[in-house]
Formats: sequence, structure tokens, C-alpha cells
Amino acid sequence: MTLLRTSPQNAETMTEAVGVRGRSLWVDARRRLFRNKASVISMIVLGIITLMAIFAPLLSPYAYDYIDYSVISCSPDWWPDKTVMCNAGGAHIFGTDSVGRDLFVRVLYGARVSLAVGLVATLVSLLIGVAYGATAGFIGGRLDEVMMRFVDVLYSLPFIFFVIILMVVFDRNFILLFVAIGAVEWLTMARIVRGQTLSIKQKEFIEAARAGGVTRFNIIRRHIIPNVVGPVIVYVTLTIPSVILAESFLSFLGLGIQEPLTSWGVLISEGANKMETAPWMLVFPAVFMAVTLFCFNFIGDGLRDALDPKDR
Amino acid sequence: MSVLEVKNLDVRFATQDGEVHAVKNANFTIAEGECLGVVGESGSGKSQLFMAALGLLSSNGHATGSVKFRGQEILNIPTRQLNKLRGTKITMIFQDPLTSLTPHLTIGTQLIESLRIVHRISQQEAGKRARAALDLVRIPEAAQRMRQYPHELSGGMRQRVMIAMATVSGPDLLIADEPTTALDVTVQAEILDILRDLKRELKSSIVMISHDMGVIAGIAEDVQVMRYGEIVETGEVDEIFRAPKHPYTRMLLDAMPRIDSIKRELSPAAPISQSTLLNVDDLKVYFPIKRRGLFAGTKPLRAVDGVSLQLRPGETLGVVGESGCGKSTLARAILKLAPITGGSVVWCGRDLGPMQESAVRALRKEFQIVFQDPLASLDPRMTIGQSIAEPLKTLRPDLPRSDITAQVREMMGHVGLDPNWINRYPHEFSGGQNQRVGIARAMIVRPKLVICDEAVSALDVSIQAQIIDLIVKLQKEFGMSLIFISHDLSVVRQISHRVMVLYLGRVVEIADRDAIYEDPRHPYTRALISAVPIPDPALERSRKRLRLTGDLPSPLDTRAALTFLKSKVIDDPDAEQYKPRLMEIAPGHFVAEYDAIT
Repeated sequence: MTLLRTSPQNAETMTEAVGVRGRSLWVDARRRLFRNKASVISMIVLGIITLMAIFAPLLSPYAYDYIDYSVISCSPDWWPDKTVMCNAGGAHIFGTDSVGRDLFVRVLYGARVSLAVGLVATLVSLLIGVAYGATAGFIGGRLDEVMMRFVDVLYSLPFIFFVIILMVVFDRNFILLFVAIGAVEWLTMARIVRGQTLSIKQKEFIEAARAGGVTRFNIIRRHIIPNVVGPVIVYVTLTIPSVILAESFLSFLGLGIQEPLTSWGVLISEGANKMETAPWMLVFPAVFMAVTLFCFNFIGDGLRDALDPKDR
Repeated sequence: MSVLEVKNLDVRFATQDGEVHAVKNANFTIAEGECLGVVGESGSGKSQLFMAALGLLSSNGHATGSVKFRGQEILNIPTRQLNKLRGTKITMIFQDPLTSLTPHLTIGTQLIESLRIVHRISQQEAGKRARAALDLVRIPEAAQRMRQYPHELSGGMRQRVMIAMATVSGPDLLIADEPTTALDVTVQAEILDILRDLKRELKSSIVMISHDMGVIAGIAEDVQVMRYGEIVETGEVDEIFRAPKHPYTRMLLDAMPRIDSIKRELSPAAPISQSTLLNVDDLKVYFPIKRRGLFAGTKPLRAVDGVSLQLRPGETLGVVGESGCGKSTLARAILKLAPITGGSVVWCGRDLGPMQESAVRALRKEFQIVFQDPLASLDPRMTIGQSIAEPLKTLRPDLPRSDITAQVREMMGHVGLDPNWINRYPHEFSGGQNQRVGIARAMIVRPKLVICDEAVSALDVSIQAQIIDLIVKLQKEFGMSLIFISHDLSVVRQISHRVMVLYLGRVVEIADRDAIYEDPRHPYTRALISAVPIPDPALERSRKRLRLTGDLPSPLDTRAALTFLKSKVIDDPDAEQYKPRLMEIAPGHFVAEYDAIT
């Protein structure tokens, strides 16, 4: 109902906020994002975790690969369950793992890998996927057919097979991990963006832009991409956890991160094996990962709402 | 005894923005066999009033007061009791017949099913009654139509099926909620005829809800005018139209464009001798449509099939026609937004047809377009300031930013928007305000031609009048030419110097506006004009009508374009047909060849 959309109270509050200068969607979005409490708290928490990961060596007296055979699988001092086998004592605030390495510093080193993989691979898939999908969808016709069949072909390659081939051809290294995961994740993104683009392309405001002489590139940049942002952000917040999990899966197969380096996925899978005798080995990495994923979700929701001008 | 008696009816909706009081203290009665017209603009509560009476409010709605049907209280009674009345004693027709019919059942099945449930009669008996009902609403070949699915029927046919369903059980009260709003004028005229006949034959009471004073004038006996949920005026139809008491009724009647008179002064067009701005010659736009079958290839849909026109500086050309006649495609082809199949579009001596898009772009600041749907034509994620500035930014890249902002503000003033609103988003505005934004966006580059594609069709009558005034005012100020496309012949008359009538991609008549409205020659033009309802009940009753029968034929069938020249038809749907020539019957008045009506 038009009646509801333009209720007088809303109009008044907007008048107060109106400045003389023109504002863009992005300026408005930033203001709205910082008004969203859940997003702001999430950004702060995520920032703390990131800083801890970066400055991990300064936060703990132990090196991430220092093995102390006297404290194998020992719980932290403050662990409530006193029936466990041993007590790590001292500065092992998260206890130690099954070969006597400090768990706290390993969780932080794991954060480095997991956050890097999660962010970089998602960013790669976001950039390629959005550009590819928007181009295919907007230009359409034969180009669209060709581009989307190429996506279908890549889709049909088994993920593990694809990674193994990459490893064989390029030798194993850390960068390859990003490439492999990013190369798979952008496919879904491209499909989502293409579908959205197809429906937005039909809208009259695109035709209005064409009548105003806006070039194809600028139509995609100024009109299509801001309008596909909602579903894309939701998908991004789903991609980050799936990327982190994909990394742990590859590491588990010996194709990803190698000991003594570690990631959250590796720590969790090790901890899961020792769940009954040494639960702290599962709890700490799992809590870090869960908190991080929650933060990404809240930030994603906040971004989606902030970029939607109808939400005030 | 009255059929429906409404007392102190209030309808409220609980929304996130607080309570909305949609209907305020409504009181009225509907007598046996009476036809009540309910008029109001969007948001006036005219639909919700009757939805509430029938217990069809959405879940956040709440109705209080009393609604009595033949003395029995029906407001807020349990659905099971209500269902004994709904669909049999009280029936409803809605605006969009496609959404009211079940898509996966044939219309025969739907009719028969409802009959059998209500009357507990045999399949054969129900089938017989259903056929009779379809005959009553003048559906040709009713027996065959019963085996068809809703999507196979045209809008007009579907609305007839809805009327048949609503009337088949002989209701005491028929509520028609904007039943003709989505239909073309000629189809609307037929549907109104059918409703008038039914009223005589069935002796049901009818409630006609409409925003169109003309429709009400033609059918209602009593009229009730609503605004902001209040009934502001009630009275007999002749009285209301002759001597409206409430200022709002008067305003509505004044705002309503009338096909039989002109209310506005137009700026004079440049004399003919001056060079033409736009010369369209034998323009053709064909779209390839896939045939059925794997390797069947395509068949051309002739959206625009040989249209020629000239436009002088400062002149307004009205283009009218029913849906599917190619008027929007014509506009887009002239702007090079649709591919041109044949013919030429010459703009100030340059042929746009063979030009590259980059070359056309340089010319785009000279011709602009205003769209039908004000909200859909604005990017929801851009402030209106950005939307208005966009053509200027792309077409005049030499301008510094501050100049652009200054021009945007200036143009906002011209179209009646507060320049301080530049940072607002389209969803914060009403339809009329958004259309002003659309007009500002078109005018910002000071074009020589603006095409208005149904620019006022989606707006309420009072807003429509304001926008037309605005367009006429801007034309006086800036002297641009206009191509004003509309299905509404009354609106076109108010604004155009010349009028062109399109039928299935071809011009059937083109002339100065007074000539075409007062002396229409082509049978299609005459049918169109006589189908337009006039907001004057006395005149409506006495008017002679020229009716076209049947649906608009499929534009894929090449025979269709010769509906008015049957004598030249080659009986093959794919054949290249005879092209009727345009004859000049008076200076500047061209009419396509047609068979004399016998």
C-alpha cells in the first residue's frame, strides 16, 4: 500500500537527516551498518580474533611447534574436571595437545590459516563470480550460453580430482589451496548472480539507464551489481564456513596444510578424536570457529540490511 | 427489505508503522436490485470496506460494527457459516481474472465443480447450467471454451468467465471490484454491457467499485464517494455528477479527463513548413517467436509493421491503441532501444537505423523517455538525486560536479519537487512524486523530444491531472516535442496536437485531435472512441455505441491486421498480406483503407 510506504512520521525523520550535499548508497550503507549493534559487536570480536592471530607469537611463551613430552594431552590448570590424567600447569592456558604442544598458540596459528583461506578464497570467488555472472546475465544471448556451459563443465569436475591434478602439476603449496577452493566456489556465485541479473535486466530502470546513454559496463557496475547485493551477501556468509571446512577436509587428506602448521579444521578433527579423554582439544578450536562464523553471519546480515535503502 | 445494511463499520490494520484506520465509520444500505457505485482513489478503503463485509480481510485486519445481509448479521461470523453465503448469495469479481482462476483446471471443471458443491446436482445438470451461464456472458462457442484452461483465454474472456462463475447461482449481491481496470477500452465496454444486461435479467444488486467516474456513470444508480476511509458523499448518480456537494467529489470530476471536451490550453506547435524533427518512414520491428517443435525455426511477430510519422518541433503527437498494438515497441524503436527490422528513423536529418550505439549515445541528450511505472523505472538503490543526475553525468561528461548538482536541484524545482529531497529514495515517495522524478530525469538534458510511454496510466485521477498539467507546463517552458503514448483516449485528447491510432502494428488513422475525435472515419477509431466511458450519466445512457465483437486477434497471424479489410485477405496465417494504404480524406487527416460496414 502506498499509504504505508510514505507515512508522514518517516518523511519527517528523513527531513531532519537531509543534508545539502548529495549522498550515495555507500555512504548511507556505512551509516546504517554502524547503527546495527550486532554487526558492530561482531566486527569488534572478529577484529580481536584477527589481531590475536597476527600477534600470536607475542601472546604466548611457547612456539607453535615446540614439543614438550612432559605434558602430553594435559588439561589447563583451571579445567573443572579434575579426574583427567594430567595438568599442564604454567602458561598452557588452553592445555596441550596429544604431542605436548601448547593449544593456545596453536589455535591462534590455526586462526591465521583458516581466516586467510576463508577470506581470500571467498573474496576470489566473489570477484570472479559476480563479474562473470553479471556479464553473462546482462549481455545474454550466445555469450551467456557459452559462459554458462563453461561453468557447467567446471561443475562436473570432481573437486578432489581437480585438487589432486593441481597438486601434481604445480607441486604442493599454500597458495594452491586458495586457488583450488576459490576456483570451485565462484561457480555457484556466478549462477546466483546471473539469475538475479536476468530478472533485474527486465526492469524499467535499466531501460531508463540505456535511454540515458549509460554504457553497458556502467549499467552493470552502477545498476546491476548494487541490486544483486542482497542474495550475494547471504551467499558469501554461507561460503566462508564452507571454505573453512573444505580446507580442513583437504588437510585431512594430506592435500592442504601440513604439520606442524595447523588450521582450525585440523585442530577440530584431531580434537574430535580425543573428545572423550581430552575434551579441551575440541572445545577451544571449536569455540573460536563458531564465534568467528557467527560474527561473519551477523556482519553479512548487517551489510545486507545496510545496503537496502528500504531498511531504515 | 435491503439486501445489505452496513452500520458503523470500522476496519483497522495493525502494521509495523502503527495502526492504519482503513475504513472509518461506514454506514449505508443497498436496496433490492440496486446498483451502487463506489468511487475513490487508491488507498481510499473502497475495496477493504467490502472485503471486511465478506470476512476476507488479511490476518492483520480487524473489523468492528455491523454488516447485515437480508437482516442476518454476517460481520465476524465463523467462516463455515459465511461460506454458505459466499459464492452463492454474495459473489465477487476481482480486478485480475487470471489470479482468481485456478490455473491447472479447465474453466468448465471449475464452473461445474462449484455448481455441484452448492446445489448438489448431477454432472450433466451442472454442465448444462454452466454452458447457459457462459452463453449469458456472451462467450462464443461456450461448449468448446469449457475445455480450455484459463491461460488459453484472453483477459476479456477470462473476466467473462469470472462473471459467469459469480452469477451462475443467481446471487442476491454481486460485488465487482475494479472488474474492468486491467482491460482494454473496447473490452471494458463489452464487459460493462454484459453487467448492465445481467442487472436487468437477474435482478441482483450490484456493487461496482471503481476509480473511474466514467464507468460508474454508465452503470450505477447510487454513488458513494470515498476518501481516506471515509464516505464523503452519497447520492443518486445524476445528482452527484450534476451537482457534487463535497469538494473532493468536485475535484475528482474536474480532474477526470473527458473525451468529449478539452480543459487545457496547449502551446502552439511550430508551423508545418518548419523542418521536421523526426521522420519515421515505414518502420518495422519484428521479433522472432519460436514455433513449436524442435527444429521448427521462428516466425516473425510483427510488433510494428510499417509505421510512418513526422513530428515538428514543439508538437505533441498522441499515439493510442489497445494492448499489443505495438505502441511501446514503436517508442523504443524510435529511441533505438529496440532493434529496427526495416524502414528508417531519421532524427534531424540523420538516420538512426544503421548507426552504432556509440554514435547514437551522442544524440541521446536530444531524445528521452518517461516510463509507465514510476517506481519500477527508478533504481531502488539510488537516491532520486543520483537518478536524475545520471543522464547528465553520462551525456555531458564535461560538466563539473557542482554544476550537475545545481542543475538537478533546478530541475527538481521545475517538476514540483523540493530540491532538498535529493537524498531520498524512490520507495519513500508516492507514485505521482516518483513520476515527477522520472520526468525530471528525462528533462535534465533539455531534450528536443520526450516520449511518454503510458506516463500517467498508473496514477490516480487527481495525480494524473497534476502530471498532465506538469507536462504541458514543461512543454511551454522548454518547447520540446512530445510523443504521448496511452491507451486512454481521454487523456490523449487533453494533451495532443495530433493523434495517431494504431491497430496491430499499423496506423489506421492519423489526424489533428479535433478532427479525429469529432469526425473519426475508420471503424476501429470509431469503436475505440465510442467505448470510452464519459463521466456524465445522462450522456452515457443516450450514447450510441459501436461495438467490436470478439477478441483482439493474435498478432502472429498475418490475417489479423486486415480485420477491417476482410475483402483483401489471403486465407493463410503466414502469407504476406495486402497492406492497406493511407488515404488523405482531408488535409492532414489520413485513414487506412477499410471495408464499408454493412
